Amino acid sequence: MIEVNDLSFSYGGNAAIAFPNFKCNRGEKLLLLGDSGTGKTTLLHLLCGLLRPKSGSMNVAGVDLNSLNDRQLDKFRGRELGIVFQQSHFVQSLTVAENLSLPALMSGTEMSATELKQRTHELLERLGVGHKSDARPNDLSVGEQQRASIARALVHEPSVVFVDEPTSALDDKSTESVIQLLEDETEKAGATLIIVTHDSRLKTRYKDRVELSRLVHNPLNAS
Amino acid sequence: MMRLSYIARRNLASKPLQTALSVILLAFGVGMVSLMMLAERQMTDKFEKNIKDIDLVLGAKGSPLQLILANVYHVDAPTGNISLAEAEKVMKNPYIESGIPLAYGDNYRSFRIVGTEYSYPEHYDASIAEGKLWEDVFEVTLGHVVASKTSLKVGDQFFSSHGLTDETDVHKDKAFTVVGILAKSNSVIDQLILTGVESLWAVHAEDDDLDISAEELYASREITAVLLKKRNPMAILTLPNLLRETNMQVALPAIEINRLNQQFGLGAATLRSIALLIMILSFASIFISVFENMQARRYELALMRTMGATPFTLIKLLLLEGGILSLFGTIFGLIISRIGLFILASEVESKFQYDIGDLGLIAPEVILAIFAILVGLIAAALPAERTLRMDISKTLSNE
Repeated sequence: MIEVNDLSFSYGGNAAIAFPNFKCNRGEKLLLLGDSGTGKTTLLHLLCGLLRPKSGSMNVAGVDLNSLNDRQLDKFRGRELGIVFQQSHFVQSLTVAENLSLPALMSGTEMSATELKQRTHELLERLGVGHKSDARPNDLSVGEQQRASIARALVHEPSVVFVDEPTSALDDKSTESVIQLLEDETEKAGATLIIVTHDSRLKTRYKDRVELSRLVHNPLNAS
Repeated sequence: MMRLSYIARRNLASKPLQTALSVILLAFGVGMVSLMMLAERQMTDKFEKNIKDIDLVLGAKGSPLQLILANVYHVDAPTGNISLAEAEKVMKNPYIESGIPLAYGDNYRSFRIVGTEYSYPEHYDASIAEGKLWEDVFEVTLGHVVASKTSLKVGDQFFSSHGLTDETDVHKDKAFTVVGILAKSNSVIDQLILTGVESLWAVHAEDDDLDISAEELYASREITAVLLKKRNPMAILTLPNLLRETNMQVALPAIEINRLNQQFGLGAATLRSIALLIMILSFASIFISVFENMQARRYELALMRTMGATPFTLIKLLLLEGGILSLFGTIFGLIISRIGLFILASEVESKFQYDIGDLGLIAPEVILAIFAILVGLIAAALPAERTLRMDISKTLSNE
């Protein structure tokens, strides 16, 4: 479950950005839609605990993020969240399969090595990149890299999966295919899916959506 | 499950040239310092062991250092011969407790044949491994190294050659018989062939010797040197004056070796400075390597943070990379120093029959290894510390 109330954020001494309140239950899908400059990435980073809000509360996967210290936030992020970034970055010195093991290693998951290997293999097969599991990330096409990064976000069975701009550079057919893939995989994992995008083509697909607009508080009045 | 050390290794392996440069630089730095430590230690050990209780060396006038090197260490040519009668007068000086006469000038396969007394092997606490000490003329007892290098056994005979290394002028009519082999003493006598002084005189005896009186024969006898042990420190002050009008001199091993060490030390200090400079460069290289890696991989590091890695996990990862570089650099350095010592030892052995090839790890090297690894870790820790201040959100947004 995700619940956001009266959330605002400010970069340094700049004007604070205010975000609308919203709520999303476990296993549901939610679209965070907004044009450039409306604070989509900022909101994503706030929800992932990468930024601290200026004010307001965020409850993600049943945890009040404001109540966690930095170390607890690191642990929470590793255990409960899966994040697919717009750019599919990997640790280039590791193979695709090894990259998929990283979340488990970093978050200290209790999954055994055999379980992890099996799950990695299954996910890569299901997402159509099983044959590239021993390849270097650079040897994958952009599409393969995106699917591998989706697999990486799901491998440690997170409660919430955040996806940043998954379709911005895709045509309609590929967009449909990627979104379907995301929905299917998160549904199988029983995870909440949050898609952050400016792609208005997704509007019709999601009745549950939060449309972001540039709401700026006067820094002197906001607190 | 995959471990951090595995990721560190893979990261280093993905930049082979940079990694190799850091390791090679450190290996050469550590190798040079270690080689100098080993060589100095072994030379000092040999010098100290061989100099043991020898206060003065009596020999022919010439370079005092040469006198010491030739008669204590057997690595130089002697300054000449001295009269046995004159030498015995010095040995009977009240300030002198004892003396060991040495007579040499022949070799067998470059091993010196030294005519002496039993007090010489006793001086170095040498024991018999096989057979016995020489008794009759032309009987010899071999030092440990001589026996193993020449494969001579008790009962074997050989002919000596005139000179200390030359093997062309062979005394074919007078064969030496091996009657014993000494156990290893780690001293100079390991590489000597010992016999009585009479054997050396007998090898060089002329037929005319039979025609002269015993007194004349004694007066004509010569030896090379006498190793003296003083009874009284006055010996050091009075003997040089007593010998002023003779063809003899006394030299003090401790002073001459100290002088040699000072001369050798200047070169050693220069080499040590160069080695330290290389080590500093290697640490700079490790610093740059980790720093560059961190800069190039900042998105990867931020990515790991989104997967639950704490800043300390990342510092650990970067320290592991620095640690692996310095560990391998140090290990290769110690291997290089052994190879260097092996080459040096072969050279020294072929020239001077000296064995300095003990390749064991010595205590100062352990300190050097710990120091190198620690400094390598610190060189990695400096850039790694920046990960503590990394703004993940900003790093991810800038990509």
